[in-house]
Amino acid sequence: MVGLEHYLTVAAALFVIGIFGIFLNRKNVIVILMSIELMLLAVNINFVAFSSYSGDLVGQVFTMFVLTVAAAEAAIGLAILVVFFRNRGTIDVEDVNVMKG
Amino acid sequence: MSGVDLPILLPEIILALYAMAALLIAVYGGKDKLAGVLTWTTAILFVALAGVVATRNGVGSIAYDGLFIDDAFARFAKVVILVSAAGVLIMGHDHAVRRGLGHFEYPILATLAVIGMMVMVSSGDLMTLYMGLELQSLALYVMTAIRRDNLKSTEAGLKYFVLGALSSGLLLYGASLVYGYAGTTLYSGILSTLGGEVPLGLLFGLVFVLAGMAFKVSAAPFHMWTPDVYEGAPTPVTAFLATAPKVAAMALIARVAQDAFGAIPGDWGQVLAAFAVVSMFWGAIAAIGQTDIKRLMAYSSIAHMGFALVGLASGTVGGVQAMLIYMAIYVTMNLGTFAFILSMERDGQPVTDIASLNMFSKTAPLKALALLVLLFSLAGVPPMLGFFGKYYVLKAAVDGGMVWLAIAGAVASVIGAYYYLRVVFFMYFGSQVAKLDSRMSSVQWVMLVAVAVIMLIGVVNLFGIEAPAMAAAEALLG
Repeated sequence: MVGLEHYLTVAAALFVIGIFGIFLNRKNVIVILMSIELMLLAVNINFVAFSSYSGDLVGQVFTMFVLTVAAAEAAIGLAILVVFFRNRGTIDVEDVNVMKG
Repeated sequence: MSGVDLPILLPEIILALYAMAALLIAVYGGKDKLAGVLTWTTAILFVALAGVVATRNGVGSIAYDGLFIDDAFARFAKVVILVSAAGVLIMGHDHAVRRGLGHFEYPILATLAVIGMMVMVSSGDLMTLYMGLELQSLALYVMTAIRRDNLKSTEAGLKYFVLGALSSGLLLYGASLVYGYAGTTLYSGILSTLGGEVPLGLLFGLVFVLAGMAFKVSAAPFHMWTPDVYEGAPTPVTAFLATAPKVAAMALIARVAQDAFGAIPGDWGQVLAAFAVVSMFWGAIAAIGQTDIKRLMAYSSIAHMGFALVGLASGTVGGVQAMLIYMAIYVTMNLGTFAFILSMERDGQPVTDIASLNMFSKTAPLKALALLVLLFSLAGVPPMLGFFGKYYVLKAAVDGGMVWLAIAGAVASVIGAYYYLRVVFFMYFGSQVAKLDSRMSSVQWVMLVAVAVIMLIGVVNLFGIEAPAMAAAEALLG
């Protein structure tokens, strides 16, 4: 029987993979965008699991909002990436280093 | 029900309609030629709406079954946000035009960001919080990268986007845990369904939500993006980032902490106190070695956010009042300082070196004097208004039983005074280098001098800001 805790475990694992994807990835900014998407989808799994477990629809409504915002966020992220590529000629994470901080 | 609720959201609705109409008109009717008109119209609209919001009175109204709250607290924050956003828009316009940045998108994006901020401070539910926060953040990412052909600006936009999206992810994960363990996303319902013991999952969610919001106010240890974004973004955008969004995010933290988790102040008080101490010290110490004035302002804002968090951490009415007063003073000081930074140039090129200010008092005595007053105020030297901001938050910490936090704040402000005074030293006793021009538009000049004067004469009664801030704090906690 697949219960609530199984869903939460999967979501937590995906979320942590997403965070590690952002910090450990040394290669490509596109991978960072994918990691961000992974984190948001992990949150969605959480919401839907809780919503179905407690029989309350609010969680699923929240998921709809998150999906919409994630799409807008991806669009803006890719747009910024494109203008960055035009100026720098590369999208390697190691080359995002004109300013040191 | 929605017919009754609509008037409560009227300022936000007007702004949203205005943003869409302005976008259509600008795209079909002249593009960047309209940038100047749009900037001024937007600023005037902001000020008019600030007037509307300020004159609303009576107890708080709740719209859409608690999703949206319009109380004295939200009104106070909204007035500060609208007025400071208007100020930044009009003082940055001249700079933007001369640097080829007079895009019509800029005031429209600012409007969208401001709508997001207004929704944030009025949020009564985790969903409203998230939508407001994202509307604000997405607009700010684009504004940071608005100088499309410049590597620094686009890199700043990329860094801001990645770290901002990460923080939204953390906040959302926290929100999902809060929803799961409390069974609702309404602030008013989160702790009410629980009897006695607070489940561990809910506390986990609280910490994640606080961490996500700490990113937005650039409180250490979540401040990594701030110096780079401040340095890389065009200066008018930096001025915008340093003012309105900080107020909105700080008010949001207060709202979530007090409205949603007000019953367990000990739990979030510790977290906020930790953020406050780390921010105050990191902001003060890391700023010492900076050579770029925009980076200096970034560290300065980190330290100032630490002080504002001291007020919140105490968890009392006085603490929230102190935070509101502190943020209002902080925003005013930043408006004046950035009016000056916007005007710094040499041979027609913008400069941001602190060293370029050497012997500036010889070139322009009045401006140097005004800047001196502002820097003293930022440092918290007694006769200026900035001192009273610090006094209020530290007093709130002592009253709230956090004496150690107040002592840490006093020590950090002494360390922090060093780097402000270093700039003053350069201006008055530095060595002669290539002369700095300070070409100011009249708006910038008025802003700089007016703010400096406010810093001095505000001492009398703080312009009566105490009473509205008190009413706002009582509305939040009451």
